[in-house]
Amino acid sequence: MVISGLNLIKHLISSPTGLTGVVILIFLLSLSVYGLLFVPITAYSQWNNPLYWIDYPKTAAPSWTNIGLGPKLFEHIILNANVANITTGYIEGIRTISHRYSINIQADSFPNDFMFTYSAKYNAIPPVILINVLRPDGEKFDLFYSALPASQGFNNTYSERIFSTDKIIKQNLAQYKTLVNWDVNFINPQTMLFSELNKLEPLKGDYHFSLTFFLFDNTSTIENSGIILGGNTFGLMGTDDLRRDLAIGIILGSPVALFIGLTVSTISVTIGLIYGVISGYRGKRTDESMMRVNDIFYALPALPLLIILSITFGRSIFLIAGFLIIFGWVGTAKIIRSLALQIRTFQYVEAAKFMGQSDLRIIFKHIIPQLLPLTFASMAIAVPSAILGEAALSFLGLGDPSIPTWGQILHEANSADAAARGIWWWILPPGLMIAITGLAFYLIGNTLDSFANPLKNYFRKV
Amino acid sequence: MILVLFVTLLVTILLLGPPLDKILLENIRTQVVDQVNESNLKFQNPSERQSYVDKQITYRTSILGLNEPWYSPSKLYTRFISTMTLDLGKSHFFTTDAGSSNVRDIIFEKVPKTLLLFTSSTIIVTVIGILLGSFVAARSGSIWDKINSIFAIFSNSFPSWWVAMIMIFLFAFTLQIFPARATPTTSPSDPSYPINLVYHMLLPLITITFVSFGAWAYIVRYFLINILKEDYISAKRTIGISKKRILYSHALRNAAPPIATSVALGLAASFGGSIIVEAVFDWPGMGKLYYDAIGVLDIPIIIGLTYISTLIFIVTIFIIDISYAFFDPRVKTF
Repeated sequence: MVISGLNLIKHLISSPTGLTGVVILIFLLSLSVYGLLFVPITAYSQWNNPLYWIDYPKTAAPSWTNIGLGPKLFEHIILNANVANITTGYIEGIRTISHRYSINIQADSFPNDFMFTYSAKYNAIPPVILINVLRPDGEKFDLFYSALPASQGFNNTYSERIFSTDKIIKQNLAQYKTLVNWDVNFINPQTMLFSELNKLEPLKGDYHFSLTFFLFDNTSTIENSGIILGGNTFGLMGTDDLRRDLAIGIILGSPVALFIGLTVSTISVTIGLIYGVISGYRGKRTDESMMRVNDIFYALPALPLLIILSITFGRSIFLIAGFLIIFGWVGTAKIIRSLALQIRTFQYVEAAKFMGQSDLRIIFKHIIPQLLPLTFASMAIAVPSAILGEAALSFLGLGDPSIPTWGQILHEANSADAAARGIWWWILPPGLMIAITGLAFYLIGNTLDSFANPLKNYFRKV
Repeated sequence: MILVLFVTLLVTILLLGPPLDKILLENIRTQVVDQVNESNLKFQNPSERQSYVDKQITYRTSILGLNEPWYSPSKLYTRFISTMTLDLGKSHFFTTDAGSSNVRDIIFEKVPKTLLLFTSSTIIVTVIGILLGSFVAARSGSIWDKINSIFAIFSNSFPSWWVAMIMIFLFAFTLQIFPARATPTTSPSDPSYPINLVYHMLLPLITITFVSFGAWAYIVRYFLINILKEDYISAKRTIGISKKRILYSHALRNAAPPIATSVALGLAASFGGSIIVEAVFDWPGMGKLYYDAIGVLDIPIIIGLTYISTLIFIVTIFIIDISYAFFDPRVKTF
């Protein structure tokens, strides 16, 4: 009985375990497609570049942790000119461009810091920037007032970040000391800016920040501006110590994991299939010697040797896949060989032999098609161990340094002592992803396996 | 079997070849430069000194046979011997507690700790696995059986070192029952050292046990159920031997050989896993040393550790193979 592909899929979907596996697999595939299509390619290549992630908060929890009772942590806010209310006007004959940002703050804690960014294009006379804030209680604080540095050349674009620790901001805030009723001396700018006047508690409500640029000639333009309020929660999955958005890391890790799992399992099971069939079909001394080689591979401890291999030959993702294949084919070869030993004695094979067909033709025409369904099952079952192998190598710090993988995220979490510091959002998602990926293929493989044993089908038919 | 053992070692050593050569060359270079610096040799100019050093290096490499290709028999032989005796020179970054930086001393200091953790967890997992496996095998199809099967599948797909991190988060950070670092805090000479050691070992031990006992029980159940269907079991039942006795004494003994095989493979997998678990827990064994050595790329240590772990691994498989003959008198290993 030859099992068609459609038949296999039908069977897979009809069993609850198989269906669970398929559903998880579809989820992973759509996650990978989403990652490849919609996550900017720069996030992929710049994953290890701290500068790329500078706008993000450090070690922030996922923002949904704020839902529910209990004090709300400050949620990280990144705004740029796209959401600003931009107005142009003239003050005493000077052209001004003003970017106004309205932010509603309801958190029960202060932000960690704040930051203004701008990028301006100007010629000979540098513009002047004035930053002030109108607080919910009607107080207006001037924060920053300074000229941009002298132009370096024609049509010079100048980008800058003004941090809350800036000296000018501190000096400016110092003039409002008399307004507040608490001891200001040791207070940092973000507390001063976001606190109530009569007690040291966050002031909730609408804050209106405005960045006003005074331009002294007609050609100058403001290209962009922005406000970043450094909070303790961010995004769907939070960020790590290097400010990277873990949601992006998780999404980018899934195509890599699927690639590793599928390539390694496909290639190694194919090798195992051919090796096993030849060994089982030829029998006698060929079988004996081929199985001894198999035994040797069986007795090799995979992980220590994988470590040595990647130290000796390099760490690219393709090399790692190759190393995993070296240890992946052994089990399949053994199973396939024992089946081939039995199929060899079936009458149609012997008939083909008497008809004078060549060994190669018998192997590829008559034996391997019988074993194909089981091979697919073995491929699915081999995926988890490949993914776990790659994750283990990455976890030891031997992963491909140019690609974010789940194992590497966990490696960094472990190096930063995330578990002992209670940063669960750094540990839980990558491990769960590894586990459910393994689980999906394991369930699919087990379902296929119960269906695809060739001997069972042969005897059922006879 | 012995042949397999030797070929495996040979393959390992062949793989270790290139980095080992690099180390030896590096050692020779430093030795020569040191000697030139210490001796009273006078040179006219830097290039003369350089040519002298180069000549010395080529001389010594040819004596040691480093210039020969990797397949030359004499080289293979010496490498075989030097790896077997762990004669790998000095580590650049690590020392023993006593201060020796000899690779052999460093590794031998760590091996007992790994064996302690690995053996004790294996024994605990074996006992739990056999008891639980026969418990569910006697009640196949019950809710216990299903829970056990689901648990086995789940615990198989979780990386054990990830579970270790979760355990640290739960027990060391949230509940604060166990220390986050498994390195004992007292010195070995202190009388309270054994207690301290066991206390620090508990969390890694619980983790390894938790991760692997499900799969174990599943394997035991699988083979036991097959045997319980056999005719001789029902015959024993009709004679009037109690169900418990049949299960634990007759059926289990007959199921032992296939269980032992699966376990050998399971152990192999968990050995690699427990190396990483050690690194997560900071348990001062080989795994932790591996992790640190990879971090600073200390090649001699890595090679030594690979060799030792290969040896431990092969010996484990070997012992299990021999135990076959004990379980199943029909099998003769030699």
